Amino acid sequence: MEEIAARVGQNLAELRQNFSSGRTRGLEWRKTQLRAILKLVAENEDEIFEALNRDLGKHPVEAYRDEIGVVKKSAEYSLCHIEKWMAPKKGQLPLLFFPAKAEVLPEPLGVVLIFASWNFPISLALDPLIGAISAGNTVLVKPSELAPACTSFLACKIPLYLDNKAIKVVEGGSDVAEKLLELKWDKIFFTGSARVGRIIMSAAAKHLTPVTLELGGKCPIILDSLSGSDLKVAVKRISGGKWGACAGQACIGIDYVIVQRKFAPVLVELLKKCIKTLYGEEVENLKNICRIVNKNHFGRICNLLEDPSVAASIVYGGSFDKQNLFIEPTILLDPPLDAEIMTEEIFGPLLPIITLDEVEESIEFINARPKPLAIYVFTKNKTFKEKLLQETSSGSVIFNDTMIQFICDGLPFGGVGESGFGRYHGKYSFDTFSHEKAVLHRSFFLELEPRHPPWNGFKLEFIRLAYNFDYIGLLQLLLGLRRRYTSRTVH
Amino acid sequence: MALDTAAVVAELRETFASGKTKSYEWRVSQFKAIVKLTDEHEKDIIEALRSDLNKPEHEAFVHEISGVKSSAKLAMKELRRWMTPEKAKTSLTTFPSSAEIVSEPLGVILVISTWNYPFLLSFEAVIGAIAAGNTVVLKPSEIAPAMSSLFSKLLGEYMDSSAVKVVEGAVPETTALLEQKWDKIIYTGSCKVGRIVAAAAAKHLTPVILELGGKCPVIVDTNINLKVAARRLISGKWGCNSGQTCVSPDYIITTKEFAPKLVDALARELEKFYGKEPLKSPDLSRIVNSSHFNRLTQLMDDKKVSGKIVHGGQRDKSNLKIAPTILLDVPADSLIMNEEIFGPLLPIITVDKVDEGFNVIKAREKPLAAYLFTNDKMLKEEFIGSVSAGGLSINETTLHCTILTLPFGGVGESGMGSYHGKYSFDAFSHKKPVLQRSFAGETAARYPPYTPEKLRFLKAFLAGDILGIFRALFGW
Repeated sequence: MEEIAARVGQNLAELRQNFSSGRTRGLEWRKTQLRAILKLVAENEDEIFEALNRDLGKHPVEAYRDEIGVVKKSAEYSLCHIEKWMAPKKGQLPLLFFPAKAEVLPEPLGVVLIFASWNFPISLALDPLIGAISAGNTVLVKPSELAPACTSFLACKIPLYLDNKAIKVVEGGSDVAEKLLELKWDKIFFTGSARVGRIIMSAAAKHLTPVTLELGGKCPIILDSLSGSDLKVAVKRISGGKWGACAGQACIGIDYVIVQRKFAPVLVELLKKCIKTLYGEEVENLKNICRIVNKNHFGRICNLLEDPSVAASIVYGGSFDKQNLFIEPTILLDPPLDAEIMTEEIFGPLLPIITLDEVEESIEFINARPKPLAIYVFTKNKTFKEKLLQETSSGSVIFNDTMIQFICDGLPFGGVGESGFGRYHGKYSFDTFSHEKAVLHRSFFLELEPRHPPWNGFKLEFIRLAYNFDYIGLLQLLLGLRRRYTSRTVH
Repeated sequence: MALDTAAVVAELRETFASGKTKSYEWRVSQFKAIVKLTDEHEKDIIEALRSDLNKPEHEAFVHEISGVKSSAKLAMKELRRWMTPEKAKTSLTTFPSSAEIVSEPLGVILVISTWNYPFLLSFEAVIGAIAAGNTVVLKPSEIAPAMSSLFSKLLGEYMDSSAVKVVEGAVPETTALLEQKWDKIIYTGSCKVGRIVAAAAAKHLTPVILELGGKCPVIVDTNINLKVAARRLISGKWGCNSGQTCVSPDYIITTKEFAPKLVDALARELEKFYGKEPLKSPDLSRIVNSSHFNRLTQLMDDKKVSGKIVHGGQRDKSNLKIAPTILLDVPADSLIMNEEIFGPLLPIITVDKVDEGFNVIKAREKPLAAYLFTNDKMLKEEFIGSVSAGGLSINETTLHCTILTLPFGGVGESGMGSYHGKYSFDAFSHKKPVLQRSFAGETAARYPPYTPEKLRFLKAFLAGDILGIFRALFGW
């Protein structure tokens, strides 16, 4: 333990020293690091595919779409916009302050700690890293020990490509995390569960360290009545979104579906067809789908089906391959709402379908539960869209698709309530790792005497008019054309 | 009757769930109520501030009453614009789609306010919370008791008490409030209590704004208009609640050579402002209570610095007044240089060259504000580039806080989050992205079965490489 403490302490000291030296502040340094990240992923694509396959059984196409492609896009977007982001923003000043200039200047926070999660171990480490670098910070990345091949890859390659005086990787489990959390960081960025989010935030509180918590929740899909090709597209997007992204082990992954009771049978049939086409029919012959990350989570997910009334609601799937940690895409119809499968985030390939009399009831259903990271709604009904937007709260809302907000750099990505706080992606990443410093420049010329004591009625009236931006009144006062203020108090 | 904080929160949650506070009309009605209560009870407010702090009427008016009315009026003027969803850019990767960012209220906000600008700092936060459509609990500081009771009375009378509540009390009541789950907490006060608030919030994953303090330094260069600089320094220090202000200049750094001139200029202007007997001046606030009075006298009487007083030092214990006091060349390890002074004592540290001042500042925690008086362009640039603080002012003190288009907040030990003007609206909102897709524009490459062709397509697609997309589509 002491050895770990010493090691992390030394890392932090080095990062602090290198931040103070100013090496990470310049535009050139930041761009160099961003280009280095692009080079890292381009030159090691096969190794990344290999590592993701080992850790999660992730297919290279899924791996490219959700990890390499995301990192490449983020780095390129940052390179394109960083100079603009770094520029000070002019602040509007009332005439009264003339002559003066106001601006808001972004500056790095200092030393950033990033905790990456295991489900998208490459992109959830490198994407926040891109943000922290763009903002000019030094960074320590702690990848998740639950994805050991990816962690080793990052620990090995990052020092080869990036400035290892300013960007470091630390491997290890909760023992290392604990030691890291005892230290003072200028910002902590965490992706993971709400339970660990609380631990991180409590530790950060001791040092007044600001945090961004990217958590999760039960992200629902509301499927309104659709028909024909629209319905087919919807079902395909639901299937792709649920099982095609790390087998449901995703924070914005679809947790459950709400549909009007009379449409449930059609939905189930279409889903079954889709699953068979996209992923195969037997659990031993599943393809294009990740496995469960480890025995612990495998056991957790299987347990969700232990409850007999839950098991009875399975309408498709339900088989496991314990040896290889695969769980078949499973559909359940109306499991009991108080069962764990409906109270805990599933984070796996089980898809409960909840039926309601009317689709509008879904709003109340969702509001009775903690705010999720995303709400997905498939509908063409404009009124329902408006109502849902106004009456529910979630990290984000997506109409007629799933998961895709993740690659949209123009949209902030983050939660609210139990799903977290803070956000990133695109410019939001830059902002999240920056401090916006207000700067006011004044000259010595033109002193506003009424600011200063000793106080009198004239000065008070002057200030009263000034706050109202009543320039005419001020002029009148200065020319002696205005009645003086008399005190309203006893004194 | 014991305070039932759970019941208070439950009522506010119910009000929030009813949707009442989301309407534009409701929010504006509350701003109007704030302006009305400020106008109709100006006398009572000034009285309460005189009672709690001996705050001169002019300071009360300039800093507090006018500040609140400005904020409320700005919110009324801008609210429609603030509430309008912001269009967001989409890219080829989600084509065809449209996106916007909708501001929605967080829910129930807890405002824990402080004693030095009790009227301003309470309402500034409440206005922000209401602007964003939330319900609010205001917990005023018990150290300003007259203002605390006045809040209970006035908010109860003028504002919608099903959505805006005041909970008075001290540590036990605040602790009880902090055990509840809030959707956001804003706390103004000390670093020590800031940590307690952050830890309590962590249990519920509640985001926080912490407006704390720190030792706000002033670097004074030599080639300046000394008279104007001295007057601005005095206003920012003693003209702001006798130095009991989070952004007041805490200490000055100047050259050994210039220090005597600066002390003389300050002494001269101080006499013009407060007369030969400052303890008798009606224009100087008193120290808030005997606990802080004792803390400050201890800082002055500390053996390491008591011989360094070059101006002032007089005190009046019965009236809790301390005269504007300047100390010259205090040691870096003295108590006065290692905690936030928050009072009318102004140490001056001297250096050989003025830019050594930067190291003095960087050796300490990041403050809420930092100030520089100079005409030297390069010095200004170096100051802005290398000094990290909540906010900076050049050739001025404290004024940047009154500009509602600038964010007001700290960094590091001086706090996190910011507010004022639109920043308040944003601070108390959740900015919800909404992405609308059509059923058209289906990309087969998203789905299994995965093939090398799909991979090539995706590589080009995600990179926005139009030519590459064509090539992938046509198998070139």
